[in-house]
Amino acid sequence: MSEEHYLELCENPVQFEHASSVNNVFFDEANKQVFAVRSGGATGVVVKGPDDKKSIAFRMDDKGEVKCIKFSIGNKILAVQRTSKSVDFINFIPEYPHTEFSQECKMKNASVLGFCWTNWNEIVFITDQGIELYQVFPDKRSVKLVKSQSLSVNWYQYCPETAVLLLSTSGQGNVLQPFVFRNGTLSKMTKFEIELPVVPKPAKLSLSERDIAMATIYGQPYVMYLKHHSRTANSPSAEVVLYHLPREGACKKSHVLKLNTTGKFALNIVDNLVVVHHQSTQTSLIYDIHLREPDCALNTHQPVLPARSIHPYRIPLTGPVVVPSQPPVPCQLYSSSWSVFQPDIIISASEGYLWYLQVKLPPTVNLQQDKGKLMDFLLRRRDCKMVILSVCSQILDGGERGSLPVVATVFDKLNQVYKEYLEAEQMYTLAMESGPSRNSAAQKRPVRTQAVIDQSDMYTHVLSSFTERKGVCHKFIIAVLMEYIRSLNQSQITVQHYLYELVIKTLVQHNRFYMLHQFLQYHVLSDSKPLACLLLSLESTYPPAHQLSLDMLKRLSTANDEIVEVLLSKQQVLGALRFIRSVGSHDNVSARKFLDAAQQSGDRMLFYTVFRSFQQRNQRLRGNPAFNPGEHCEEHVVHFKQLFGEQSLMKAATV
Amino acid sequence: MAAVTQEKQYTPSLLSFFVYNPSFGPREGEEEKKILFYHPSEVEKNEKIRNVGLCEAIVQFTRTFCPTKPVKSLHTQKNRQFFFEPEDSFWIVMIVRNPMVEKPNKDGKPPTIEYQEEEVLDTVYGAVLRQCYSMYKLFNGTFGRAMEAGGVELLIPKLEKFFYRYLQTLHLQSCDLLDVFSGISFFPLDKMTYLKIQSFVNRVEENLRLVKYTAFLYNDQLIWSGLEQDDMRILYKYLTTSLFPRHSEPELAGRDCALRPEVSGNLLHYGRFLTGPANLKDPEAKFRFPRIFVHTEDGSEELHLIVYKAMSAAVCFMISASVELTRDFCERLDALVGPQLTLLASDICEQFTLNRRISGPDKEPQFKFIYFNHMNLAEKSTIHMRKTASVSLTSVHPDLMKILGDINCDFARVDEDEEVIVKAMTDYWVVGKKSDQRELYVILNQKNANLIEVNEEVKRLCATQFNNIFFLD
Repeated sequence: MSEEHYLELCENPVQFEHASSVNNVFFDEANKQVFAVRSGGATGVVVKGPDDKKSIAFRMDDKGEVKCIKFSIGNKILAVQRTSKSVDFINFIPEYPHTEFSQECKMKNASVLGFCWTNWNEIVFITDQGIELYQVFPDKRSVKLVKSQSLSVNWYQYCPETAVLLLSTSGQGNVLQPFVFRNGTLSKMTKFEIELPVVPKPAKLSLSERDIAMATIYGQPYVMYLKHHSRTANSPSAEVVLYHLPREGACKKSHVLKLNTTGKFALNIVDNLVVVHHQSTQTSLIYDIHLREPDCALNTHQPVLPARSIHPYRIPLTGPVVVPSQPPVPCQLYSSSWSVFQPDIIISASEGYLWYLQVKLPPTVNLQQDKGKLMDFLLRRRDCKMVILSVCSQILDGGERGSLPVVATVFDKLNQVYKEYLEAEQMYTLAMESGPSRNSAAQKRPVRTQAVIDQSDMYTHVLSSFTERKGVCHKFIIAVLMEYIRSLNQSQITVQHYLYELVIKTLVQHNRFYMLHQFLQYHVLSDSKPLACLLLSLESTYPPAHQLSLDMLKRLSTANDEIVEVLLSKQQVLGALRFIRSVGSHDNVSARKFLDAAQQSGDRMLFYTVFRSFQQRNQRLRGNPAFNPGEHCEEHVVHFKQLFGEQSLMKAATV
Repeated sequence: MAAVTQEKQYTPSLLSFFVYNPSFGPREGEEEKKILFYHPSEVEKNEKIRNVGLCEAIVQFTRTFCPTKPVKSLHTQKNRQFFFEPEDSFWIVMIVRNPMVEKPNKDGKPPTIEYQEEEVLDTVYGAVLRQCYSMYKLFNGTFGRAMEAGGVELLIPKLEKFFYRYLQTLHLQSCDLLDVFSGISFFPLDKMTYLKIQSFVNRVEENLRLVKYTAFLYNDQLIWSGLEQDDMRILYKYLTTSLFPRHSEPELAGRDCALRPEVSGNLLHYGRFLTGPANLKDPEAKFRFPRIFVHTEDGSEELHLIVYKAMSAAVCFMISASVELTRDFCERLDALVGPQLTLLASDICEQFTLNRRISGPDKEPQFKFIYFNHMNLAEKSTIHMRKTASVSLTSVHPDLMKILGDINCDFARVDEDEEVIVKAMTDYWVVGKKSDQRELYVILNQKNANLIEVNEEVKRLCATQFNNIFFLD
């Protein structure tokens, strides 16, 4: 069976000492740090993260069981919660005293549910009666209350990315109150209610914090709610409901992801995909909220791909005692000891690993037969370029060759993204030119993502090798090239001339000159000097190419010199002369070229005519029919005298 | 008195047309065997033999003067004979009666007949004769092919069957310069729509693998040909002078009958077969299509010609004759092509009217001209009205057409670029220009214009109508 696991754990996990009776493990989502606290800190605290290389080790006095431990942003101050009333602080700024200091929550009888750092020296306590925002002064070892809000809280969730704190209030816990922290202030956002599948009677806490997660998807903050199925309500399987949480305005239900099964789930966000892990089947599903599904109701999503498990993972046996012959041990995936954190973190506390979940794109190619949908999916992924190009090659290749409509759909999708990028780039350039003073803050240079597949990518990775492949019918090759050109034109993208060359090369190779002629006739292959020269070179095998080339040069209107060269090379001296006169550059053209060509033709009358024409020009320009020495026409004058005699030369008009 | 002075004008007409091969009856008494086809057939046998013999003699006799270039035509007072040897020893001869004027005489004397023998152009009727052969070859292959397949017994009925009908459609009185060119009128189209058509053709050919070649026309003008140029030239002639006119009349007559959409599946479309079955639903429908012969690298191949039309767009699909075409195939073609072609046709129509609106009505040429490019056979005429099955109408006097023909003959004699300006009898100016492989003929009606003004006028025409090609002033 081909490789089908499209999710994998990162290769270099963060390793830490696994949880045990003497070692407690904590994870801080804000700094992505794992704390291994041995014996309440007395025998050492090791902090690792966000990657395996960074670690901090220290000791602290064992003052009771640690409930929560987190560094402030930038690892400046450590906060430790050991009781339900207070939080202790330890300075990690070298020049300040390291002795602990402590802060109790302000509200009477409240118990601290937890705390979050919102800045290097700002911390918010969440108690069952509200929230309290403090500023910490490490130099003075003091803490100042900035603001507080009182409301009854069941549980909380904090999203460090957006600095949004979500509080569960009300008896059922389904009324969520978000707060946002910005520049040391705390602002209340509009509260909203999560629709529960069944309303319990009597009312009891029904919404668990395990079923709520916050994440940023495609740059927008969402609250994800894992809605379990319920036998009583009319919902046969579980679903994930996304609530869009805008900065201003109310939070609204925006997407429903159909899980089509029941059981225990966990959520991650990877590369803007919602990943739903299902424990009992040991598989995961992925959802893309930007993929529209025609057969579903608005914003209801089915999984993008069939369920697959995460790629098997082997734990390498490293450390002081490496036994080389011993193979790595397979890791148990979807273990009940796993904890899942947003956006893409999976922690196995019992084994001492923190992994980042990753999407592997190559296996997705074989799981989605609809190439259009596949492209929609791939174009939104981060490292998509090579995979997309490989799909393009694949649909043009023998075995899994797609039909032309499929090829066209794929090209259209690629070029849509390509066009959007070009347009954004153009807008930016325009804005820059019109003066950077205005709107300069609003105008950011567009980012070129991997999804922007331009003509040179297509040429290099797909088309050039495709046209050279043996055994492909030339009809198909030409059809594909024309389809690509059509798609580019449809997106109003200027086609690069190497694509035209590829078309011409293919047509010439298969003797399809009449086809080529027709394409040129309808200007499908746009005019350019290189193309005109290429056509000229075809003249010996296909004589009409000469006319096509001249027409093209004429239309370019910047290629008059080339036209003269072409005509002279065909000894059409008079034609060249007439042409140069018609475009008005008779006065500054080199007489020598024309006289050479006329002399070579061996036609006496032609030479006479051309010679006289230039003499007349000289007369008109300088009042003298003689050639300037710089024009190097001495030999032609001699030749003229030989043929027609001295007396035939035009003489300067005598005054 | 008026009736007496009335002159009667007779246009050139076909006197006889025959095909013979001298090698088929070399001995005396066997002369009849040489004759493969003779029109009019009712002519008495000995006269046929005499006429053929005379032609043979003329060919032989003239050969002594120029062995490499056989005789092309013979001018006599009453008629003109055209000779053509398309295949070794096979001769086709066409005898055209010169146009004449019948002037009634007084006193009951028989009218005087004046033959206008100079009015007939060799190039025009020579071309008509060659076209007769090309058309025969398109539908029957070469004479040699029939000889190989079944000898004279096969060839004679083939000739009879073809020429009997074809000669009736020859309208010698309206033949002119365009017959010499035998060009192709191309439909002007923007790049994007053209690419869409390309895409359509490629998709159909991919889907219906049997289709070997495709040609696409709109408004009786060519847009795409998968056939080689020479084959397309004659096929185009057939389509535009025979097949399309035959079908356009019912369309014009009963609008609703032609525009009744075929409902197949959920798709509404206007597609229908111009060759083959008139109605697919008819259980008695026959799936027989005309067969044509086209050139290949090694000789020729025989193909079914399917012509399918939706609104003004017509597509020719050519399929190897070795394949039997079935109802199933035709239904598949209809279902696949019908909806797409309908859509495409309305796209083209939209583009076309859009472009027209942009360019404006004042851009419409006030000039009468004929343009022809030998390289791609592109032809454009503002002199000719729309062709119908019976006649091609011109908007200018035959005398002027004759001048055009004369200039063309002059051009044919030399390779060099040339320009000829003629002041015609009737205040008209006729200008002929030849640049590389292109020819342009302009007719101007400017009473008191002088040569310089006419020259300027033509320059202006070239600048507006032909600014995107290399055309020397």
